Amino acid sequence: MTSLFEEVPATADADADVPVRRVTVTLNGERRAADVEPRLLLAHLLRQGFRLTGTHTGCDTTNCGACTVLVDGLPVKSCTMLAVQADGHDVTTVEGLAGPSGLHPLQEGFKDEHGLQCGFCTPGMMLAAKALLEENPDPTEDEVRFALSGNLCRCTGYQNIVKAVLWAAKRMNGSEQ
Amino acid sequence: MTTTTPMGHGRMLRKEDRRFVRGRGRYVDDLQLPGMLHLAVLRSPVAHARIVSIDTLAAEAHPKVKAVVTGAMLAERGLAWMPTLSGDRQAVLATDKVRFQGQEVAFVVAEDRYSARDALELIDVEYDLLEPVVDVRRALDPDAALIRDDVPGKTDNHCFDWETGDAAAAEAVFARAEVVVRQELVFPRVHPAPMETCGAVADYDRIEEKLTLWSTTQAPHAHRTLLSMFAGIPEHRIRVVSPDIGGGFGNKVPVYPGYVHAIVGSIMTGRPVKWTEDRTENLVASGFARDYVMQGEIAATREGRILAVRSHVLADHGAFNGTAAPRKFPGGFFGVFTGSYDIEAAYCSMTAVHTNKAPGGVAYACSFRIAEAVYLVERLVDMLAAELDRDPVSLRMQNFIRPDQFPYTSRTGWVYDSGDYPRAMELALQIAGYDELRAEQAERRARGAGEPLMGIGVSFFTEAVGAGPRKDMDMLGLGMADGCELRVHPTGSAVVRISVQTQGQGHETTFAQLIAEELGLHPDDVDVVHGDTDSTPYGLGTYGSRSTPVSGAAAVLAARRVRDKAQLIAAGMLEVAPDDLEWSTAQGGGRFDVRGVPGSGVTIQEVAMRAHGAGDLPDGVEGGLDAQISYNPDNLTYPFGAYICVVDIDPGTAVVTVRRFIAVDDCGTRINEMIVEGQIHGGLTDGIGMALMEFIGFDEHGNCLGGSLMDYLIPTALEVPDWETGTTVTPAPDHPIGAKGVGESATVGSPPAVVNAVIDALAPYGVRHADMPLTPSRVWEAMQGRAAPPF
Ligand code: FES
Ligand code: FES
Repeated sequence: MTSLFEEVPATADADADVPVRRVTVTLNGERRAADVEPRLLLAHLLRQGFRLTGTHTGCDTTNCGACTVLVDGLPVKSCTMLAVQADGHDVTTVEGLAGPSGLHPLQEGFKDEHGLQCGFCTPGMMLAAKALLEENPDPTEDEVRFALSGNLCRCTGYQNIVKAVLWAAKRMNGSEQ
Repeated sequence: MTTTTPMGHGRMLRKEDRRFVRGRGRYVDDLQLPGMLHLAVLRSPVAHARIVSIDTLAAEAHPKVKAVVTGAMLAERGLAWMPTLSGDRQAVLATDKVRFQGQEVAFVVAEDRYSARDALELIDVEYDLLEPVVDVRRALDPDAALIRDDVPGKTDNHCFDWETGDAAAAEAVFARAEVVVRQELVFPRVHPAPMETCGAVADYDRIEEKLTLWSTTQAPHAHRTLLSMFAGIPEHRIRVVSPDIGGGFGNKVPVYPGYVHAIVGSIMTGRPVKWTEDRTENLVASGFARDYVMQGEIAATREGRILAVRSHVLADHGAFNGTAAPRKFPGGFFGVFTGSYDIEAAYCSMTAVHTNKAPGGVAYACSFRIAEAVYLVERLVDMLAAELDRDPVSLRMQNFIRPDQFPYTSRTGWVYDSGDYPRAMELALQIAGYDELRAEQAERRARGAGEPLMGIGVSFFTEAVGAGPRKDMDMLGLGMADGCELRVHPTGSAVVRISVQTQGQGHETTFAQLIAEELGLHPDDVDVVHGDTDSTPYGLGTYGSRSTPVSGAAAVLAARRVRDKAQLIAAGMLEVAPDDLEWSTAQGGGRFDVRGVPGSGVTIQEVAMRAHGAGDLPDGVEGGLDAQISYNPDNLTYPFGAYICVVDIDPGTAVVTVRRFIAVDDCGTRINEMIVEGQIHGGLTDGIGMALMEFIGFDEHGNCLGGSLMDYLIPTALEVPDWETGTTVTPAPDHPIGAKGVGESATVGSPPAVVNAVIDALAPYGVRHADMPLTPSRVWEAMQGRAAPPF
């Protein structure tokens, strides 16, 4: 096995003259560290290094948003950030969405409004939506569509995703009767 | 809170979402096996060239590389070519020539994904460039380069000819028709582009001599059979597992070279090998869709009675015929191009050719080419309406197959099972407020300059899905049946094993609902097992909207078989004749009671316990409460729908905005309303994508111009409206619960609605037709009177 994806303590291959950098992040509230090649993408560190496979990758050009995570609360396409750039930062993935008391309202909303089919885009969608709702707790439908326009979905036609986000917004801002 | 229907055919939230919303889906690329290696594929940078030499020495010397494989090495093992689903063959790795840009030339197996990619850079291939065949219209020219010189005796790029209907009868009608409208209609090459690309993990166990292949396949059983026939591994030593799939839409039906690479890699290294394609590989080299140039003709009386439809199709199948269609249907189900209309004559001839482009042809939720057929007839009917100065709705209404004509045998021999077309059309008009829309359009046109150009487009489609009857259909000799195995446990919960494979359609929920409805169980008490050939019965998989029509029928019939047996056991328990019992689910669960004495009997759970228990069973009844079915449909099912699209075009920029989209779908009985609607939403989005932006184009050298999501545009949340849906229900007479299948309806039915709306908007400019994709620049050209085909 390669050291590339291994969590510390990593045993670097004797024959590999690849430079290795230590990356420490607060991942879903826990301190985690790994020794990585400087070129390793954050998405790959999360998926292979930390075995959190809820972050997906669907393109090579920063278009699809399936890899969206939150870095210090802001939505970031983790396929377009190097793992070393996340060093010292706070990273939230879909695995960190649910709290101790159960699912996050966005997760409930996606289930309840049928905001997903194959589920591949869903983690990225929910994290992009989470960032929106933190900034704008009571968005209009158009604002939701705009906020999610960097996230592609091939299954749902978006309408139920938008409804799911509005459902969660109501639940979170207390306007739901 | 939304209510859930705990039992029966209703809106029930999906079981599978529990894992998906937590990021706990199990997609192929999530798999991490001990000792797993990674595979990367070297692909041709050019469309057509002879391979002079391949130097792999430097790649082999890379410290993390375990194997480098070329076509020559595969040829030594007889594995350089593999059969396609349509009886052609495709190179697993190129040996002699490369025939399309992106074709597989070599692969590397290495310790990790990055090193495998690094090693590709170290392989040196020398190509001797050949003239590429890019223009489908010139593929049969005598001086066109020969692509398939691997086929003995082949002298041109001809792939196949096919015809349907009655040429003489059609000619006679066209000769005397008062009105004839002709148009070339191009349905350009598009790509399903599921959000998850294709991939596989192969694990060959040298001791057990057993291959386990986790792969992104919509048809795990068919893949197992094919791999066995091709690779010579006995079929019982192959297990294909298709875990969660991130969308398929037909893209994951073919067996791709990459799957074979992973298998070969694992056999060679003795370790599990993962291959995951990147987006460019997916778009450039995996199954595309459409690519038809259609010469369409429609004949009618001056009063608007449609008499005949005729077409000649030039089909681009790429370098290898990678189409996945039933054997006797090389043009798929294009034969339903007479659409929803009762006409006198029809004829279609088709010529398919090879070009230096990726193989494929049937994909992207087309119901085996019905997307192309519907587009042809629905554009022609609209053009006829324009020619006759008729409203496109009233012209359609005048020519629909009437409800009393079903079952209706079309002029090309398809037996439409059931339908009520006027009712669906009326409902769509009502939801749309059609008359008000036309009034608004007239008003805007009267106001003239500066107003957005408003267009209203109508389409009406009929699909033929649920392939297919054994007597007519097979894939590579395999009948298109599907299996179901149902086991009811002693405590009354059940497991149902099915041969089809969800890619987001929600089978874990809908199949549980089907069984629950038939057995009077709660859907939560029914678990669905699928996607693993070792633990599910044989069947051909999920594509062509066939899960509900074929596998759904199998599930219902298995449940009914279990119920019949349960009735015998219940009769024994109650010491009455089976016929004296009646079945009901009225009290919230399934039970048999003595006729006329509610509450006198036993529940399905009590029967299950008796079936497995120690008490006596009636004579001749075996213990257990299981059933197994292989369902062979008698006929296809024919879902239909009426779509209305409203667009606004900015006269200054030619940008098309879809303002509204009304979709009335009739797919017979609906199992789960919520899931059906969701699939319709997705398909409508595909239609807007195809009509307005999606396009796999090529330059004159055969370079693919749609090779990333920056160039191959798919709709975002901003390009689609809130969908307005409506429902009519005309049950399918040949299906046990009357269901018809809906997965592709909206993808098939929506492109002509959008295009018809755009052309309607451009009527003041005298535009008669413009081909997809209707991008701003192409719409602008049409407005200037320079509409041109996309290629
Ligand atoms: S993987 Fe597509 S944007 Fe990151
Ligand atoms: S649910 Fe499949 S891509 Fe969005």
